[in-house]
Amino acid sequence: MELQEFKGTSNYIVSEDLRNSVNVSIALGRPLLIKGEPGTGKTMLARSIAEGLGLRLIVWNIKSTTKAQDGLYIYDTVQRLYDSQFGDHDVSDISQYIKMGKLGEAFLSEEPVVLLIDEIDKADLEFPNDLLWELDMMSFYIPETGVTITAKHRPIVIITSNAEKELPDAFLRRCIFHYINFPEPEMMANIIKVHHPDLEDRLINEAMEAFYWIRSLSGLQKRPSTSELLDWVQALTVGGISVDRIRKEIPLLGVLIKKNQDFDVILKRLNAQNTSKTRVRGQTLWG
Amino acid sequence: MFVNFFYELRRAGVPVSLTEWMTLMEALSKGLAYSSLSGFYYLARTVLVKSETYFDSYDVAFQNYFKGIETPADVVEQALEWLKKQIPPLMISPEERKMFQEWDLDKLRRELEERLRTQDGEHHGGSKWIGTGGRSRFGHGGYNPAGVRIGGESVNRSAVKVAAERRYRGYRSDETLGVRQFEVALRKLRQLTTSIDGEKDELDLDGTIDATCRNAGRLELVWGRSRKNNIKVVLMMDSGGSMDSYVDLCSQLFTAVNRSTHFKDLKFYYFHNCVYENVYVNPACISRYAVKTYDFLRNVDPEYRLIIVGDASMAPSELTMVGGAIDWTIMNNEPGLVWLERLAKHFRHAVWLNPIPAQWWDARVYYGGYTITLIRKLFPMFELTVDGLEQAVKKLKARF
Repeated sequence: MELQEFKGTSNYIVSEDLRNSVNVSIALGRPLLIKGEPGTGKTMLARSIAEGLGLRLIVWNIKSTTKAQDGLYIYDTVQRLYDSQFGDHDVSDISQYIKMGKLGEAFLSEEPVVLLIDEIDKADLEFPNDLLWELDMMSFYIPETGVTITAKHRPIVIITSNAEKELPDAFLRRCIFHYINFPEPEMMANIIKVHHPDLEDRLINEAMEAFYWIRSLSGLQKRPSTSELLDWVQALTVGGISVDRIRKEIPLLGVLIKKNQDFDVILKRLNAQNTSKTRVRGQTLWG
Repeated sequence: MFVNFFYELRRAGVPVSLTEWMTLMEALSKGLAYSSLSGFYYLARTVLVKSETYFDSYDVAFQNYFKGIETPADVVEQALEWLKKQIPPLMISPEERKMFQEWDLDKLRRELEERLRTQDGEHHGGSKWIGTGGRSRFGHGGYNPAGVRIGGESVNRSAVKVAAERRYRGYRSDETLGVRQFEVALRKLRQLTTSIDGEKDELDLDGTIDATCRNAGRLELVWGRSRKNNIKVVLMMDSGGSMDSYVDLCSQLFTAVNRSTHFKDLKFYYFHNCVYENVYVNPACISRYAVKTYDFLRNVDPEYRLIIVGDASMAPSELTMVGGAIDWTIMNNEPGLVWLERLAKHFRHAVWLNPIPAQWWDARVYYGGYTITLIRKLFPMFELTVDGLEQAVKKLKARF
């Protein structure tokens, strides 16, 4: 079956190069590895692709304890042992104790699916290496039953990473890579409009100005990202904050900033800025 | 097709493999470049480049291949690269300093560019060429790379222009090659527990079969303890001024150690040049964060593996004299060497990692060599490189 091209969806704005990368990965049948700052919509991309192409989305959330095997299948030996106790179950058929993991589920699906392997860098260092064969050949072997599971349709595989760990080269070689840039103000305005279509431009402008100002401050532990800006804009409208206060006071800062130290940094800068507007900011450092 | 582009990329330092190149060829044959140069730019990048840190190198290679222009900014970057590999700064006399002050910025920049054209490689020491440790005007900080940024306006976004913009310059980090390798090296630092302590969370198959048989065939599950890594690590880092040049390297190690989840316990401490009465829990070695070294030794049992990271280069007095500590606030009643010896005796396994390359560990070639030699008598010292770390790990694992 020929898959159609991904063009983005109404509630997810996709940049041209990201769209290209997605289509390249679909056309070549390679996993697409997405990196980028937290909150730039890496996970949302998979949802959007599934929605845009009308496919089912299967999400495999990776945790630090996740093993590659978990994604393929689990053989519930304990259940089988218990069932064998009183002879009221037929346990000779092992396949009933084989439970498919997310990857297995995607392979067995009757229609093409989008498989999201979310935050692959959370897992153990060797985790990506353990999946090389399965992602390459789109099949795996179950020794207990002697069955080879092969993908009925090659799933569209989207892998996200927060770059907490570096991924092995062998794994990277098999992926299509895309780095989601932090959106430019223009793009950001579009993103906000998609999520909150009824807002007035002035509020968006003020909020964005404050937001980019915060991001430009040095010494922040965690800079706010798109998703936090969206929440903040939402909070500002719900809270009925007047537009004039936004830039000056940055109300509801807690929605944007998640770290105590960052709070202090911003409030200090804000005070300094409000008291002496004439002072020259940003001295050049030579020497 | 474009075979030279492949080599151009490799020359620019992008690790492209043949597998990826074939993938690109496959993509091209499927028409995924949409017959345009910008299409090709994104296609090739998405297929060939696997980390945003290489985007900048990719842009440079793309620019070179498709336009054949050389960027002066590149040369500047090369110079900055040279400057990273510092040898310890040279002390300059007031007269010399006066000489420097007479220079104005524009002149300095003009001359830097001039000199960049004529210099042919790295150059450390000396007073003319760009390098470190010397008296050249172009050795000390102060040259701002942003000042020479090149790249066109982004109006019509043709591929070569996007490449020329080099928006990914900020992500470039030729230094990041270490973290993963460091992590892998550290993984070897493990020693499994015996089955005496820990959670019972692993099915003991033999035990289960045995118990089930005794139970006349009625299933009885027996759980055992899984074996865990028993190694505890304490990492002490020199956070003094002379370590500033190695801050990248050290933070790589720090990141790697921090991410290693397989240690039973992990403690971080800091010191300035040498350990005296106090160690610190924060890189800012001030009294607020101080912990008495005696208390530290009492709390951290000798089973901990001690890893000290430091350049071990200081004035000999800091090591051998009472009151020789570099900080005025510390009046050490015992010389630093005594404290270091105390540490070395307390911990059964201890290593010293030195970011200074081993060829400098000699008093004849480098002023810090003297103290390095003294400290090497107490601690086995290794270079702070992946190889050095591997050797250090081996040393730390050895049982007596």
